[in-house]
Amino acid sequence: MLAALIIVFREVFEAGLIVGIVMAVTRGVGHRGSWIGGGVLVGVLGASLVAVFAGALSAAFAGTGQELFNAAILGVAVVMLTWHNVWMARHGRALAAEIRAAGEAVVAGSKTLAGLAVVVGVAVLREGFEVVLFLYGVVVSSEAGVGVSILVGGIVGMLLGGGVCALTYWGLLTIPTRHLFSVTSALIAFLAAGMAAQATAFLERANTVTALPQVVWDSSLILPDTSILGRALHTLIGYSDRPTAMQLTVYLAVLGSILLLMRAFGSPRPLTTRAQA
Amino acid sequence: MRMAFAVLNPFAGVLVFVTTMLAFSASPHAQQPDAVAISVKGHHFQPAEIRAPANRPLILRVKNLDATPMEFESVSLRVEKVVAPGGEGVINIRPLAPGRYEFMDDFHQETRGTLIVQ
Repeated sequence: MLAALIIVFREVFEAGLIVGIVMAVTRGVGHRGSWIGGGVLVGVLGASLVAVFAGALSAAFAGTGQELFNAAILGVAVVMLTWHNVWMARHGRALAAEIRAAGEAVVAGSKTLAGLAVVVGVAVLREGFEVVLFLYGVVVSSEAGVGVSILVGGIVGMLLGGGVCALTYWGLLTIPTRHLFSVTSALIAFLAAGMAAQATAFLERANTVTALPQVVWDSSLILPDTSILGRALHTLIGYSDRPTAMQLTVYLAVLGSILLLMRAFGSPRPLTTRAQA
Repeated sequence: MRMAFAVLNPFAGVLVFVTTMLAFSASPHAQQPDAVAISVKGHHFQPAEIRAPANRPLILRVKNLDATPMEFESVSLRVEKVVAPGGEGVINIRPLAPGRYEFMDDFHQETRGTLIVQ
């Protein structure tokens, strides 16, 4: 039961962190509950669908289907996060500055809500896929008694993942509102860069990307990816205990691009903000 | 000003990125990878110990002969790959330094094996 709990929790943990961040980012935005809930639901359905076709997916593209699929959906999430951050850089400050725009803020925030719902869906799909397969395997091969205890472990693992989500959310909400915008913008920029590096890792595994394969550092003895802190940092800032030069390059490129785009499109003086062309 | 244009136009950015990636990935593979086959049956790796030459790229073919999905996982090899029941997982591994590399089925953690690289 404990083994099952750990396996499931490990997968749900990452998704929990991301959902918690997205919830904090969209605080006060109308209908965010249904968007995020929808993202989670579509993620779970998608995970089940992908699990059913796991064999076919794996065999696709000369056996690299899983890796290419993961890289592709991570790429989509990176684009959505970038879009959100750039959009908020342009309109967020102005909106926060004008109290009268309370009604408008709801409309404005919901512009990128669809994008963030996609990010939630991707996170749940990626992590949920393995949970679905694992639990399916338990159900198929369950010897009487053993299966039930593993399922209980799995469910407790999921609940703990939900707890991570709630902790992340409430933790972020303790930040004063006037700083929350900067904090979540930074969080999302790092999240996106980390996801881009992860997508690169998948492309490397698929042998689609072969350049710069040197491992830049090895900190697996100090802070392994598999530890809980390593996993949290992996999700939040894209930490890796043995990154390749290519992963590091992509990470820095994406982080730099997001900051540049935020600066290029951002409105330094909220009062002169005009409608975007 | 051209630089500014590239920064402001996300599509140009994506185009440059994709072209660069393709240029890199098109670089010729220096070596043909060696293939190593292993299968899982009754939640045991067969064989439980596999060998491969050092400093050469490898292709590991993992056949799952059980009725349940498995996840071939190795921290030291940096591999995580789900293999469907009756399916085969193809895993690309970069040239390795000599040593012992442990792997397991993440869904049945008592199912373990070793890759010995010489």
